[in-house]
Amino acid sequence: MWARALWLGLRAPLGGPRCFTSKTDPQGSGRITAEVIEHLERLALVDFGSREAVARLEKAIAFADLLRAVDTDGVEPMESVLEDRCLYLRSDNVVEGNCADELLQNSHRVVEEYFVAPPGNIPLPKLDEQEPFPHS
Amino acid sequence: MGSLLRVSAALKQGQITPTELCQKCLSLIKKTKFLNAYITVSEEVALKQAEESEKRYKNGQSLGDLDGIPIAVKDNFSTSGIETTCASNMLKGYVPPYNATVVQKLLDQGALLMGKTNLDEFAMGSGSTDGVFGPVKNPWSYSKQYREKRKQNPHSESGDSDWLITGGSSGGSAAAVSAFTCYAALGSDTGGSTRNPAAHCGLVGFKPSYGLVSRHGLIPLVNSMDVPGILTRCVDDAAMVLGVLAGHDPKDSTTVHDPINKPLVLSSLADVSKLCIGIPKEYLVPELSSEIQSLWSRAADLFESEGAKVIEVSLPHTSYSIVCYHVLCTSEVASNMARFDGLQYGHRCDIDVSTEAMYAATRREGFNDVVRGRILSGNFFLLKENYENYFVKAQKVRRLIANDFVNAFNSGVDVLLTPTTLSEAVPYLEFIKEDNRTRSAQDDIFTQAVNMAGLPAVSIPIALSNQGLPIGLQFIGRAFYDQQLLTVAKWFEKQVQFPVIQLQELMDDCSAILENEKLASVSLKQ
Repeated sequence: MWARALWLGLRAPLGGPRCFTSKTDPQGSGRITAEVIEHLERLALVDFGSREAVARLEKAIAFADLLRAVDTDGVEPMESVLEDRCLYLRSDNVVEGNCADELLQNSHRVVEEYFVAPPGNIPLPKLDEQEPFPHS
Repeated sequence: MGSLLRVSAALKQGQITPTELCQKCLSLIKKTKFLNAYITVSEEVALKQAEESEKRYKNGQSLGDLDGIPIAVKDNFSTSGIETTCASNMLKGYVPPYNATVVQKLLDQGALLMGKTNLDEFAMGSGSTDGVFGPVKNPWSYSKQYREKRKQNPHSESGDSDWLITGGSSGGSAAAVSAFTCYAALGSDTGGSTRNPAAHCGLVGFKPSYGLVSRHGLIPLVNSMDVPGILTRCVDDAAMVLGVLAGHDPKDSTTVHDPINKPLVLSSLADVSKLCIGIPKEYLVPELSSEIQSLWSRAADLFESEGAKVIEVSLPHTSYSIVCYHVLCTSEVASNMARFDGLQYGHRCDIDVSTEAMYAATRREGFNDVVRGRILSGNFFLLKENYENYFVKAQKVRRLIANDFVNAFNSGVDVLLTPTTLSEAVPYLEFIKEDNRTRSAQDDIFTQAVNMAGLPAVSIPIALSNQGLPIGLQFIGRAFYDQQLLTVAKWFEKQVQFPVIQLQELMDDCSAILENEKLASVSLKQ
């Protein structure tokens, strides 16, 4: 479940575990509350930007809800169409690399062989501390 | 000189040199600039490659059928030293330090890289209209076949304002091949992105089996469904390119180890009497244009009249495949887009307050609404409280859909025959009346179930519509039966004799079109 692992990884730098009470209807009827908006924006590190975007998400959820009609009792989830085959791994030999210079060239902020990031562990301001949809 | 294999023979016989061929294509690229098919034209690179190819031909050491052949590559494949943008602000100015495996394979065979073609941003879309470099215009908008039909229509407006879309998301690659600026182009196919523009531009659009062709260097959209696609003007060309590209890649662990016949040469089917063609009944939807329905029916009749068995099959979960695709696609996109944070490559904003603020602003500035919308949807479906009900549910439905195909093939069917698109190419102004998600949901209807099952499929142009525009039909094969699928497609192609696009007027008129565009932009500013 690498998608899930990545999601957890993305949450980690945002200052540790949070207690978000789930405001989504257990049936997922798609009502997007301000809490869900905030939660998604922090997870995705992408903002909605406008009311249209929230409306679009609601439509997307309503669309996805159509899946409920399918009977999937006893059906295993399919992760890959190649599930019946062996995965071949490469042998653990270093055959390429030493390309630090090339890679560093693509970054905007570099100091010697380091990518420079702004300070971490500073949470984004809460939704009520910023204007709603400052970029609509 | 439309076919790759024919021009390759001409190169070998010295009837034309790689440099002459390269110059001809570069000149066509310039003439067709208004199509906006190319994001980057790698003129110097191509000419240098042509020079080297010429040396090889002189010394009798040509590398093969692709040596000296101009090709184009969709701009979501990494090309070393050449800007790769995915038509997004996020990667504007990004120059990869390596070639995608498929690009490397083409270059190793001596192909000339003419440039990187336009697409929907991050390959999300079905029109090639949503990239930051603007939309791609369908060359058929300027074809004699289309214009003559339009003159007969009293309601049609003159001028360039009602040009047609190419379809997407590999529209730039399709336009590039259709306008003769190259002999083959790479696209990508996640939900139909190679087959859809192929149908709208009158080309062969081939989607290989998942696992046959390496995805290393293809900037990923949906890892479990993406494949590189091939766009050419005839089936033999597509088979030849597939032969070059297919095969296990140690850098892509999702490629299989099965041996591939190299080079891939298709036999000519003497007759189709041993073939069984399946027609999925659920693909007959009300939204399908009556013209395409009629052509689909005629194609089935053609096979039957030539001795093939044609039977109706059922793919019962077809109506859920778009929804399933929507959930799985947005979920994988949410994950794949997480790598764009401005730190190691790509766009970076000016904010320096905190890592989180920098990431958020970078991503807001770098991604368009479509991409952001999918990321947010995907994150919603992956929330802990939604994971089972949406993501896992969709994975289960995916299995049901894949099983539908397996059952159809197990019932004796060799190849499925379906439409590729609901209608012919529509005008841009009409296309943009609906948003990207709605359009993708509509336009992908015949193509995306194939990606979910990982099967090979190909769109073959069958005939021109009443408006003089190309219509394509789709053949779907069993997993890893790509060669057999292409063999059937080749037979069909020979039967239908799809006409060549007539663009001579285009070459003469293109300067007039450019003038009109300048005037149009002037009047908009006032």
